[in-house]
Amino acid sequence: MPPLMPAPDRSVLDRRDQIAAALRTVVPGEGVITDEDERRAYESDGLAAYRQMPMLVVLPSAVEQVSRILRYCHDNNIKVVPRGGGTSLSGGSLPLEDGIVLAMGKFNRVLEIDFDNRCVVVQPGVTNLGISDAVQHAGFYYAPDPSSQIACSIGGNVAENAGGVHCLKYGLTANNLLGLEMVLMTGEVIRLGGRHLDSDGYDLMGVMTGSEGLLGVITEVTVRILRKPATARALLLGFPSNESAGDCVGAVIADGIIPGGMEMMDKPAIHAVEDFVHAGYPLDVESLLIVELDGPAEEVDELIRRVEAIARRCGATYLRISNTEAERLTFWAGRKAAFPAVGRITPDYLCMDGTIPRARLPEVLTRMAALGRKYELRIANVFHAGDGNLHPLILFDANAGELERAEKLGADILRLCVEVGGVLTGEHGVGVEKRDLMGTMFNEIDLAQQQRVKCAFDPNMLLNPGKVFPTLHRCAELGRLHVSGGRLPFPDIPRF
Amino acid sequence: MPTLRPTSAPELLAAVKEALADATPIEILGQGTKHDLGRPFQASRRIELTGLSGISLYEPGELVMGAGAGTMLSDIEETLRKNRQELAFEPPDLGPLLGSAAGAQTIGGVIAGNLAGPRRIKAGAARDHFLGFHAVSGRGEEFKSGGRVMKNVTGYDLSKLMAGSWGTLAVLSDVTVKVLPAAEKTRTVLVTGLDAARAVAAMAAAMQGPCDVSGAAHLPQSLAMASGVSYVSGAGKPVTALRVEGTPISVAYRCAELTKEMAGFGPVEELHSMNSARLWRELRDAQFLVEPRDRPVWRISVAPQSGAGVIQAIARALEARWFMDWAGGLVWLSLPPGTPDAGAAMVRAAVGEQGHATLYRAPADLRASVPVFHPQPPALAALTQRVKLSFDPQGILNPGRMYAGV
Ligand SMILES: Cc1cc2nc3c(=O)[nH]c(=O)nc-3n(C[C@H](O)[C@H](O)[C@H](O)COP(=O)(O)OP(=O)(O)OC[C@H]3O[C@@H](n4cnc5c(N)ncnc54)[C@H](O)[C@@H]3O)c2cc1C
Repeated sequence: MPPLMPAPDRSVLDRRDQIAAALRTVVPGEGVITDEDERRAYESDGLAAYRQMPMLVVLPSAVEQVSRILRYCHDNNIKVVPRGGGTSLSGGSLPLEDGIVLAMGKFNRVLEIDFDNRCVVVQPGVTNLGISDAVQHAGFYYAPDPSSQIACSIGGNVAENAGGVHCLKYGLTANNLLGLEMVLMTGEVIRLGGRHLDSDGYDLMGVMTGSEGLLGVITEVTVRILRKPATARALLLGFPSNESAGDCVGAVIADGIIPGGMEMMDKPAIHAVEDFVHAGYPLDVESLLIVELDGPAEEVDELIRRVEAIARRCGATYLRISNTEAERLTFWAGRKAAFPAVGRITPDYLCMDGTIPRARLPEVLTRMAALGRKYELRIANVFHAGDGNLHPLILFDANAGELERAEKLGADILRLCVEVGGVLTGEHGVGVEKRDLMGTMFNEIDLAQQQRVKCAFDPNMLLNPGKVFPTLHRCAELGRLHVSGGRLPFPDIPRF
Repeated sequence: MPTLRPTSAPELLAAVKEALADATPIEILGQGTKHDLGRPFQASRRIELTGLSGISLYEPGELVMGAGAGTMLSDIEETLRKNRQELAFEPPDLGPLLGSAAGAQTIGGVIAGNLAGPRRIKAGAARDHFLGFHAVSGRGEEFKSGGRVMKNVTGYDLSKLMAGSWGTLAVLSDVTVKVLPAAEKTRTVLVTGLDAARAVAAMAAAMQGPCDVSGAAHLPQSLAMASGVSYVSGAGKPVTALRVEGTPISVAYRCAELTKEMAGFGPVEELHSMNSARLWRELRDAQFLVEPRDRPVWRISVAPQSGAGVIQAIARALEARWFMDWAGGLVWLSLPPGTPDAGAAMVRAAVGEQGHATLYRAPADLRASVPVFHPQPPALAALTQRVKLSFDPQGILNPGRMYAGV
């Protein structure tokens, strides 16, 4: 069941035609979609279990249009849901019945490639891979590489602070972002950062990153690009237990090595993947690790030897080292196809996204298996092992009425992550999916402070409401200050 | 001025509540090494965080450390060193530049100033390594954000807002940071005799190449002469420095490659570990501009390719002492004492829309009359003000330190 969304505003729904007409004066012709069949393409995102037809879809192609649309919606109390590639796995771009979907797909141009300053300026609808494609002829790439990179937009990446298998070494979206242009709900256009490093005012770009479309609409993005490493080689390591694989990850890091990527898969995931892509993964191991080292060949060869020795010490029962680029890609082919592979063996699956302190992995996997038995559902795990980001895939059949059970299992898994010192989401965002679990991590005061930041950007709460926050407080209410006065509550704080 | 030194989070909360109750502005301090950075402001009491100190969490295998905000950075660095780890953003020690002691700053101050050293170009700034915190807002409320894990998008990333807010939003009580393995070996390739523009070109070439340079700085001859590294001071020419870090085999290889690549720019020299460490510390801490102490100091962040041009524009009109870090993207610059408005109009005109210039050091009267932080366009200034109010509606935390009314 999708969580309850804010009650639709009747007066807005009644004015639908009038609103469409007004928006057509800003974005003429086909840029405003009213037709039901065409709107249906936008009714859900990567979290396909939840659907909602939007009132209207608007496809602007210039920042002035975005500004005028938002200003109009602000003045007329109309909710807006920004949307990029629509691949969110947390329902971040799930429409609202009385809201417009602001689809940024027409912002699809690479504006400037600046090799000398090692950055690229793009419109937010450019795909993640599109950036690397634009610079790869010169030996450069854009480092964050979510598995959805052919489809997700850079604007969506910023909104979700997307990560990828290489972010242990090269950082998340937040660490690779230099500048943003965004439009506030009032229509004001704000530029943050540029081609230089760091803000000398508040780091508003930092807080925009991962704000899930609730603070502003991103209309331009400047990212830094990196020189492609001269070589990359990978080890494919099999272990008799998740413990020994986990130990190996810890030992690699303790040896001072930060691999380009370090990914783990448990037995169910290995089997699903091997059946699908025939990557040559061993089927008699409990846990599989891919460790990738990149850099100059001399360095990579040395580190491969060191990781190999560590793996043997940690009890690896299977060990292969890529000797060719083709072989390295085969190692990855399985991991990269993990989601579709699991999709093949089950009618439906939910992808969870908790992060845990890595040392707790064996315990978490054991308890997760017990939870799976309790709910009578299968779970396959893929894991960004280096940084503790866990993706349990819960297998279920919606037609057999298993969705609710799968959701409950998912919630229990995330509570478990929080209990061991981790968090609800490492890269997919809270969205609607994890909204009602926010209370397991944050108390009322924590959440109120976050919402006050929202109020500073969007006081009428019109931008993507119903996401992230379990309860919507009005900004006026949040702003009230209760000063308990008078006497010194702690008369003995050291004073000088 | 009464100074409160809370020794626990509840005491800190009480101290802020007390100030809130009688609506008196507070100055927030760690060791006070950066006390003279920012606009002067009126405060009727101080909260000093040195009592909130100590490392509470350190798991080297998980690359994470937690500590009280008042913990001495030197204690943190010492603990990390024992495990061959470090704060990869290479926090500078600006104490001497700002007229206070060296080695005295706290981790809270480093984060509140979002400081970063030469490795910024590769590893990011304090903001990029700041995972989570507990703090007391100007509303007199204790709140937290983030966590102890590296990947976390649960709720807004308020850590980013705290980093670089100079104590104007909330008082940090404890912080969690990402730590990383320290490089096994460091070497520096020096190219001598380049002017600023050529140096920027050389640094860009190095950054674009495959050598994974972790520091790229340029000293004009007059500053190079003051270095404690004889290769640099004795060069008799401007010195451009490129740092390579990693495993010994890799460093040796990359240095050789870099040397080949740089040969086209000028004569090349190599520094080994000890001299490298010394030079990069001098650059990190802007030691070249510490003396003479009465010269105002600017810290200018621009696109790397703009660094040389900004310097030229300023130096045409004013006698400037300067050097570049971050491959040209960071310019440290001092101007003669008594320069009207500390050169603000000139400096900011030179920077234009390409970045920002912060008046890091100047006498109090100048810091009161000249915008210390880069002036913001109206919509951004208004948003900044609203963000401030969302944490500190009464304006009691370091009010006015960054901007009037913030
Ligand atoms: C198969 C698959 C694999 C995935 N793998 C990964 C992975 O490895 N790592 C990872 O981090 N994520 C992954 N994801 C999740 C998803 O791809 C990312 O969250 C991505 O960043 C979403 O981008 P999008 O353009 O599709 O955004 P959308 O889904 O359209 O929107 C996501 C959020 O961003 C907001 N938004 C979009 N554009 C803008 C804008 N211009 N301005 C303001 N707000 C905006 C929306 O309102 C929404 O809240 C995966 C998804 C799938 C389906």
